[in-house]
Amino acid sequence: MNIHEYQAKEVLKGYGAPVAEGVAITSADEAEAAAKQLPGPLYVVKSQIHAGGRGKGKFKELGPDAKGGVRLAKSIEDVVSNAREMLGNTLVTKQTGDDGKVVNRLYIEDGADIDRELYLSLLVDRSVGRVAFVASTEGGMDIETVAEEAPDKIITVPIDPVAGVTAADAEKLCSALNLGGAAKVDGMQLFPILYKAFTEKDMSLLEINPLIVMTDGHLRVLDAKVSFDGNALFRHDDIKALRDESEEDAKEIEASKYDLAYVALDGDIGCMVNGAGLAMATMDIIKLYGKEPANFLDVGGGANKEKVTAAFKIITADPNVKGILVNIFGGIMKCDVIAEGVVAAVKDVGLKVPLVVRLEGTNVDLGKKILNESGLAITAADDLDDAAKKIVAAVG
Amino acid sequence: MSILVDKNTKIIVQGLTGKTGTFHTEQALAYFGTKMVAGIHPKKGGETWTAGEGAKDAAGTELPIFTSVGEAKEATGATASVIYVPPSGAAAAIEEAIDAGIDLITCITEGIPVSDMVKVKAKLEKSSSRLIGPNCPGVMTPDECKIGIMPGNIFKKGNVGIVSRSGTLTYEAVFQTTNAGLGQTTAVGIGGDPVKGTEFIDMLEMFLADEATKSIIMIGEIGGSAEEDAAQFIKDEAAKGRKKPMVGFIAGVTAPPGRTMGHAGAVVAGGKGDAKSKIAAMESAGIKVSPSPARLGTTLSELLKG
Repeated sequence: MNIHEYQAKEVLKGYGAPVAEGVAITSADEAEAAAKQLPGPLYVVKSQIHAGGRGKGKFKELGPDAKGGVRLAKSIEDVVSNAREMLGNTLVTKQTGDDGKVVNRLYIEDGADIDRELYLSLLVDRSVGRVAFVASTEGGMDIETVAEEAPDKIITVPIDPVAGVTAADAEKLCSALNLGGAAKVDGMQLFPILYKAFTEKDMSLLEINPLIVMTDGHLRVLDAKVSFDGNALFRHDDIKALRDESEEDAKEIEASKYDLAYVALDGDIGCMVNGAGLAMATMDIIKLYGKEPANFLDVGGGANKEKVTAAFKIITADPNVKGILVNIFGGIMKCDVIAEGVVAAVKDVGLKVPLVVRLEGTNVDLGKKILNESGLAITAADDLDDAAKKIVAAVG
Repeated sequence: MSILVDKNTKIIVQGLTGKTGTFHTEQALAYFGTKMVAGIHPKKGGETWTAGEGAKDAAGTELPIFTSVGEAKEATGATASVIYVPPSGAAAAIEEAIDAGIDLITCITEGIPVSDMVKVKAKLEKSSSRLIGPNCPGVMTPDECKIGIMPGNIFKKGNVGIVSRSGTLTYEAVFQTTNAGLGQTTAVGIGGDPVKGTEFIDMLEMFLADEATKSIIMIGEIGGSAEEDAAQFIKDEAAKGRKKPMVGFIAGVTAPPGRTMGHAGAVVAGGKGDAKSKIAAMESAGIKVSPSPARLGTTLSELLKG
C-alpha cells in the first residue's frame, strides 16, 4: 500500500526524523492560511499524487511552458497563485502513464537552502533476507539511472535483525554519504530512527530522495516515499487509515474487496487464473501468440463461487476486454466449483465477448460437463497452448 | 531415490485441527499412506484427531494432538513438520519447529508479513533446520510422500526433479512430465515470497547429487535475482563436470515494472528482476528455456532425445 508524501513525512516526524514543516491543502482557498503557518520566506508547493517524477511532470491543461508539479514560491501570494494553477489539473509524469493523475491535494512546505542532495532508502534485500539501507551521494535523480551510470556510487548496508543498526553500520552510511560535522551527528541519529520506523510500521520501501545537507550543515528529509507490506496491515490500523482510494484503479479496489490479486493492464484479453505464477504465464502465452493481456488476475487457491463471479464481473466491466481466457489448474481448487462460478457469472452479467475455458486437475470431468450443459457459448480448450490459440483467434 | 522426503518421512502437522489442515492431512494419508504422525494445538493436547472420508482407505486414522512440537517430536520420532497456521501466527509456528530441532519444516501459509520472515530467516541461519516456503505448495515424492497441497493424481514416479517458485506452474511441470512419460523423482515448490527458507540453489544441488534424478525443470518468475544466482551455480557446477539436462521457464515476461503480481516476491523493482535478464542468465548456463508454459514437458523430451 502506498501513501502520499505528506503522510509519509507525518509518520517519520512521529519517530523524530528531521522533516520540514508543512501543511496539506485540498482547495486553493486554504493556501494563504497554510503558508502563513510557515516561517517563510521560501515555500515549496508540492503536488500530492502516488507517482514519482512530479517535479519534471507537466500539467495536461496548462501550456508546455508551465512549471511542473513541484514549485518554488518566494511569497505567500506566489504560493496562492501556484496553488490555483495546480489544484484540479492533471499531472503527467513518467510514472503516471499518458492519462496522468488529477492533483486533488497540495503540500505547502517550508523551503530549504540546499547544499548537497543525497539518496537514502530502506528496503528488504531478498538476497540476504534482511532489511538494508541503500545510500548514494547522487541524490535528486532516479536511483535506477545512478545504478546504470555509476553503480559504484551506490552502497548497500544490510542490518542484522537481532542487533539492529549498529554504530559500525551508521559509520558506514556516513562515509557512503560523505557526511561530516553537524550532518554526521544528524546522520548517526537519523539511521536508527528510520530503521525503527521501517520495521515497526512494516514498511516495504522507505525512500528519501533527496535527503539534503542544508547550507547550515544539518540534514533534512526533503522528499519521502513510503510503501507498506500489505500482508502486515492487519496489525496497523493507523496505517490502513492513510489509504487514499482515489489514487487506485477502481477495478483493483473492487478486486481487493474479494481478496483477488488483480492488476489492470492495457491489452484486450481478460484473464482469470488460479495461482500467481500460472496467471503471469497465461499473460505471457497470450503475448507469445501476438495479443496483449488486459489484466493479471489470480483468484487464489481457495476460491469459491462468489469469488469467481466477482472476478468475472470485474473482467467484463473493463471496456477494453474483447475476449476472456479462464485458465484453471485445480489442485485444491476444484474444477466444478470454477465451472459453476463461471456459469453463474455469465448468466448474471451476460457474455458479449468470446470466452475460452481451460480446466485441468481435480474434478475436471465434472467441471467440463457443467460448462457443456450450461447452453452458454463457451469454447472449451484441451490445454494451455490450445486455450491461448483459441482466444487469440477468437479476438482476431 | 528422491530428495528431502520419502516413504519413511514422519510428519507433524502444525494447524491440523483447522479446516485446511484437516483437508490436506486427509489427502496426504490417502496418498500412499504418507506418514502423518501427530498434530499440534496449544490447548487440545491429549485429544485425538480422526481422519474423515477425505482420507479414503485411511479414513478413521487417529492422530494424537500434542501441545507443542517438541513433545510431538519426542513421542513420535518425527523429523518433518508442515504448517497450516494463519499468517498472523505462522512465523511463531516456524520458530517453534526450529526450536524443537525439526529437520524439514514446510510452511504452506500465504501472506506472512515480510518482517516476520526476516526474523525467522535469522533464526534459521543459526539452526540445522531447513524451511521450505512459506507461501508454497509443498514437497512431493511420487508414490511415497506428500507434504502440502499439491494434487497427488497428476504425479508419476520417474526421473525428473522439479523446483519452482510458483504453485500452479509446478503442477503444469508435473502434469506435462507425467504426460511425456518421464515422471518425477521429487517436486519442490520453494514459494513466492521475497524472504523464504530455501532458494533454487539448495534444491539444484540436491537434484544434481541425487542419482535417480536424470534431468531437472526449474521454474522461476520475475523479482529478485535467485534465478540468476541459480544459473551461475549451474554454470560453475558444469565447469566441474557436474551436469544434468535442464529445462527452465520464467513467468512474467509481460508483467509491468513496479507492480506486484500476486506473489509478494513477484515484482520488477528498481529496474531489477525482469524476465529478460533471468532468461538470458539461464540460457548462458546451458539451460534450455521454454518460451511457453505449455511446452515444459515437450521441451524436456526434445532435449533428452538430443
